[in-house]
Amino acid sequence: MLTLKQSRRLNTLVVGLFAWAVALLLFFPIFWMLLTSLKTEIDAFATPPQFIFTPTLENYLHIQDRSGYFKYAWNSVTISFGATALGMLIAIPAAYSMAFYETKRTKGTLLWMLSTKMLPPVGVLVPIYLLAKQFGLLDSRAVLIIIYTLINLPILVWMIYTYFKDIPRDILEAARMDGATLLPEMLRVLLPISKGGLASTMLLSLILCWNEAFWSLNLTSSNAAPLTALIASYSSPEGLFWAKLSAVSTLACAPILIFGWISQKQLVRGLSFGAVK
Amino acid sequence: MATTTTALPKAPASNASPQPAERRRPRLAPSWFLVSPSVVLLLLWMLVPLAMTLYFSLVRYNLLYPGEKDFVGLENFHYFLTDAGFIPGMTNTLILVGSVLLISVVLGVLISALLEAADFAGRGIVRVLLISPFFIMPTVSALVWKNLIYHPVSGILAAVWKFFGAQPVDWLAQHPLASIVIIVSWQWLPFAILILMTAMQSLDQEQKEAARLDGAGPIAIFWHLTLPHLARPIAVVVMIETIFLLSVFAEIFTTTSGGPGYASTNLAYLIYNQALLQFDVGMASAGGLIAVVIANIAAIILVRMLGKNLTEKY
Repeated sequence: MLTLKQSRRLNTLVVGLFAWAVALLLFFPIFWMLLTSLKTEIDAFATPPQFIFTPTLENYLHIQDRSGYFKYAWNSVTISFGATALGMLIAIPAAYSMAFYETKRTKGTLLWMLSTKMLPPVGVLVPIYLLAKQFGLLDSRAVLIIIYTLINLPILVWMIYTYFKDIPRDILEAARMDGATLLPEMLRVLLPISKGGLASTMLLSLILCWNEAFWSLNLTSSNAAPLTALIASYSSPEGLFWAKLSAVSTLACAPILIFGWISQKQLVRGLSFGAVK
Repeated sequence: MATTTTALPKAPASNASPQPAERRRPRLAPSWFLVSPSVVLLLLWMLVPLAMTLYFSLVRYNLLYPGEKDFVGLENFHYFLTDAGFIPGMTNTLILVGSVLLISVVLGVLISALLEAADFAGRGIVRVLLISPFFIMPTVSALVWKNLIYHPVSGILAAVWKFFGAQPVDWLAQHPLASIVIIVSWQWLPFAILILMTAMQSLDQEQKEAARLDGAGPIAIFWHLTLPHLARPIAVVVMIETIFLLSVFAEIFTTTSGGPGYASTNLAYLIYNQALLQFDVGMASAGGLIAVVIANIAAIILVRMLGKNLTEKY
């Protein structure tokens, strides 16, 4: 017979082994992508797949002259940061006023904002495409910045709203007693308290913009194409360079993966519209 | 939950009967001009394109014949609904959304329960590994699966099949929809795990301990304590995933292009195909409106289910 302690330890061991097996299985495609990026093209295409091989950094070293990686990466960076900055600028005041000056309509407004996320992008693909064409914005970074700002705005407002709601109102009351007016109140009192929350909101926005792949595929071709579009170009039959594809993909995903690992706890709040913390 | 609500005095009360101090400083009630940029922008974002879609859906308009814009009534809707791609597109959309939801919720609950079941070695690393696929961009996950895993000659699955002496399968050609369901589930299961894991950590450990002392087995605890606690996070997962799954696009675009035939075409891809490959603005707009109607039906059901859930907390 096992003692209680022994059976607990056995239980932990079994649960642990099982959890590790599931985790490794789910992570395998990412691991395999990383491994393939270190192979030569011949090793990458070998049958059966090679687990042991001489690693090479060649794919990474030639990433720029083979795919013009940095142009796409720079597009991704400017579009993501541009849309995030613009989104924060519009969302912070809205969240501020809804969190601290709640009216009868506040809840309705918040839910309505959420409901705009239900609008499927294909429903407005045609007019947005034609409008972009009309204004000469096809294949421009500006159009993606505008669209990403708008599609992420509801999430930003919700997320900042939940952070602001957690701030004790006494602090703002005290600041007001000291004669603080609107702008200084926001800048001097509110922003320092909520900077952690605002940072995670920005991180979430960056992740969503970086990975967006409907509008970037439909509205850009070469000039403004971000990394999502560069990688999609490898889907054509002549693009069957697995090792290079893997290297480009690894580089494109690494920063977001690291962002995600760092901020997993905070992301839950934003992704669940504040319902799960 | 209750503590956050009580800690924050309800704002409407103070608004209904303004304090004298606030009345002296009306500039401190700035709600409308701070909210309005967001509201106006979102309103424009919704209304302008939707109105245009509505207009285009009623005219005969093909970018290949730019001069022509005759009013044709509901002809475009008729063509779209009787198009060979509509029924498969519709069924594939439902199958895709339904199966990915089922897979991610069921496996998500089980896996996050597994993580909470014991404090084993390396739990933090396991957590990080489990949620990672969610952060991979859709085009990358689609191509990694298509080339490195599904490929009938050099893919991992082909090697596994050969190892067991079976004939390798050309997954994307023979089971296109199922293969795409697996790719999309691989991306969204981690999202469910992320949300449910966090929710489980907030479950009252004392309550669980008390149940255990009362002689409840792990399954009874899971069924009567953990699952009810997860009702709301599960609802959140279902809602968010439905929004994104109704518009799955990049995964189809980069792997099967909707084929073979219409075997893996969903509504989003069908409309893209009409609009940007066949330049039929009228028909694509009619399809777009139908997609909007479907999303709205889903939204009404979901918001009814969850809307209260989301706001009542504050």
